[in-house]
Amino acid sequence: MVGQRLIRPAAQLLRSSPSTMPRCSFQKIAQPTLSRCLNRTYATPSGTKEMTVREALNEAMAEEMEKNPKVFVLGEEVAQYNGAYKVTKGLLDRFGEKRVIDSPITESGFAGLTVGAALAGLHPVCEFMTFNFAMQAIDQVINSAAKTHYMSGGIQPCNITFRGPNGFASGVAAQHSQDYSAWYGSIPGLKVVAPYSAEDAKGLLKAAIRDPNPVCVLENELLYGLSFPMSEEAQSDDFVIPFGKAKIERPGKDLTIVTLSRCVGQSLVAAEQLKSKYGVEAEVINLRSIKPLDVEAIVKSVKKTGHMMCVESGFPSFGVGAEIIALTAEYAFDYLEAPPVRVTGAEVPTPYAQKLEEMSFPTEALITDYAAKLLKV
Amino acid sequence: MLSRFAPRAFTAAPSALARRNGPVRAAALTPAVRRSVTTDAASSHAEKSDVPAEDDKPFQVKLSDEAFETYELDPPSYTLNTTKAELKQMYYDMVAVRRMEMAADRLYKEKKIRGFCHLSTGQEAVAVGIEHAIEKTDHLITAYRCHGFAMMRGGTVRSIIGELLGRREGIAYGKGGSMHMFSTGFYGGNGIVGAQVPVGAGIAFAQKYEEKPNVTLALYGDGASNQGQVFEAFNMAKLWDLPVIFGCENNKYGMGTAANRSSALTDYYKRGQYIPGLKINGMDVLAVKAAVAFGKEWCRQGKGPLVYEYVTYRYGGHSMSDPGTTYRTREEIQRMRSTNDPIAGLKQKMLEWEVVTEDELKAIDKEARTHVDEEVAIAENMAVPDATPEVLFEDIYVRGSEPQFLRGRIPEENYYYPEAKEKGPKPLVK
Ligand SMILES: Cc1ncc(C[n+]2csc(CCOP(=O)(O)OP(=O)(O)O)c2C)c(N)n1
Ligand SMILES: [Mg+2]
Repeated sequence: MVGQRLIRPAAQLLRSSPSTMPRCSFQKIAQPTLSRCLNRTYATPSGTKEMTVREALNEAMAEEMEKNPKVFVLGEEVAQYNGAYKVTKGLLDRFGEKRVIDSPITESGFAGLTVGAALAGLHPVCEFMTFNFAMQAIDQVINSAAKTHYMSGGIQPCNITFRGPNGFASGVAAQHSQDYSAWYGSIPGLKVVAPYSAEDAKGLLKAAIRDPNPVCVLENELLYGLSFPMSEEAQSDDFVIPFGKAKIERPGKDLTIVTLSRCVGQSLVAAEQLKSKYGVEAEVINLRSIKPLDVEAIVKSVKKTGHMMCVESGFPSFGVGAEIIALTAEYAFDYLEAPPVRVTGAEVPTPYAQKLEEMSFPTEALITDYAAKLLKV
Repeated sequence: MLSRFAPRAFTAAPSALARRNGPVRAAALTPAVRRSVTTDAASSHAEKSDVPAEDDKPFQVKLSDEAFETYELDPPSYTLNTTKAELKQMYYDMVAVRRMEMAADRLYKEKKIRGFCHLSTGQEAVAVGIEHAIEKTDHLITAYRCHGFAMMRGGTVRSIIGELLGRREGIAYGKGGSMHMFSTGFYGGNGIVGAQVPVGAGIAFAQKYEEKPNVTLALYGDGASNQGQVFEAFNMAKLWDLPVIFGCENNKYGMGTAANRSSALTDYYKRGQYIPGLKINGMDVLAVKAAVAFGKEWCRQGKGPLVYEYVTYRYGGHSMSDPGTTYRTREEIQRMRSTNDPIAGLKQKMLEWEVVTEDELKAIDKEARTHVDEEVAIAENMAVPDATPEVLFEDIYVRGSEPQFLRGRIPEENYYYPEAKEKGPKPLVK
């Protein structure tokens, strides 16, 4: 495929430009790791170590900055304050103020600026303090970053990573707690990932930085402090997770739960409850990547279980759950024994009061009960 | 430091050009010190002999020469009329705002307040000074550091604290929390940095459209001042001569970033370029009042927008989760608290001018504190909203105009709105 691209005249022109270099290095690095990653099932307990999602993201950035001088981090409070959520802790000390840059509170401006830097061949990591504030800058993400490669007929790549916490955060009300997975997931030209565990976080962020396209890494604030085992392999500075490959977090034969980000953890708990309460085995699929989306993994699982439930925390209308159900209907209809269903956020701006907030997002109990209802157990 | 009685730089510099060169001229007067707006909260002056016995009889107060700095603007009068009653009310208001913020501080530490909680301790003179210069029919919009403004615009302490506690009788019925409060002439309580500024221009647009004589105050921080839409709002406001006072509350930091690390020009009052600007001692409630009264009249006369900079300081961290000591020194905080405090400053002046006796002042203190404490206790006893779909889905749309239903987390939780006539009236929060 790469070969084919290179015979195009426009691609020929690019050969001497700085942006061809990363594309090649991406391919080189990604290939071997990809296969290694696919062969891997569960980490061998020996050599694993615990790491928080926050540390994993930090390590991913540090390693990529170490490797590639074109990588730099820019965002609000990322440098001297060590990050509003401390994800960029220590990066300023390690890489200096040329590469770890505190920006003014000007999302549209600094997103545009980092896109420009990417067009000119650098590999920016543009941190949004949260994706709620990226709404100020979504035009730059979509119109300037995502569409440029296509609009230019492939002449102008844009290797940029947009990252920051997305989705549910507690007690912060409507303007600070929204899930944008469906928004970015709908845009051709963008790649979108949503890590759950520390391994996801490190592998996906590193892959995002190396990927020659604009990538949105949708993290979640409530996951930052959680610890997960890191396999020996994931500890390597060459560990990347390929996009478009879901991970089966828990195998099962009775129900396929397709989920992402923080809802993966909730679904795993629900799966255990389903087992202990009803003796059913739910298979939990962690999507990891929203765009591209691993339809194959879903179809394969549904073939086995005959039931599909998507669990996500965004608004239901035109959402990730809606998309997963549509894909399941399109590609796995014949294997379904019951209509595919979804558990989502409620159609309500996030309320402040705790009890109301609880009614607005998926809970473990709701997932369990709704799954039991679907399975008629 | 310039003496209070030194001739003002601007009196000798009548032309706009010379005014712009203010600092240079000041340097000629006092070579070593760059003249700038003071943050001394006790820098106004009144003659004891001018202070009448009556509570409501006006007398003159002279502001410090360093109360203002101007940009393309003839400065407001440095004298203002006030009364003993007004000074006492201002003092009461500032004490009450601070007491309420201290209650929020405690409740947050007791884990009764969730999420973000941004306090305005140290900045009370801005909210209080503004309210004393405008009328209830005027308008104000600000960011998330909004408790004091909500109170000055007429929100009761119980409704504000009730909101922080997520109670049904909170000012936003428990839906908004610390960052989102609304009331008559008060448009929030907004969480997206800078977004309230063009919205404020729009409120002013509506006033002009409806030919009302009212002014709109659009407040934002030093950090927010860099948002592109602030400049977009400036342009439209000037283009259409909107009656709006843009007001930068310069508390020196936007989160952990000092103003000079975020802003290429830290003279926020000059940021309007083609809009006249005024820098104000935001620690002196009298200076704030005088400036805003001037601005209100300016806008009423159809002269278009102004850009104000209230020089102030936040004592606490950015929000409750920020200790606020990693990016500034404890000495700096201590210095501002002990020598520039707006409440202590006014107190000192009131005693000096014999507006009140020590005992009277203590009585006001006590009254404010008791009132706040009682209200907080009432708020703590308020019920939380019922965890029902009726309450959850209430007010997403205007009553009676809702779609047939909204979706819950699962279809079984979908909420079907009853016909408008079947609904009882919503209880009002007071
Ligand atoms: C668009 C946007 N970006 C970032 C944030 C996060 N944030 C909240 S407050 C703040 C600092 C604002 O500082 P300033 O404008 O000086 O106001 P202050 O907090 O000092 O009152 C930041 C970065 C936000 N709420 N909205
Ligand atoms: Mg500030």
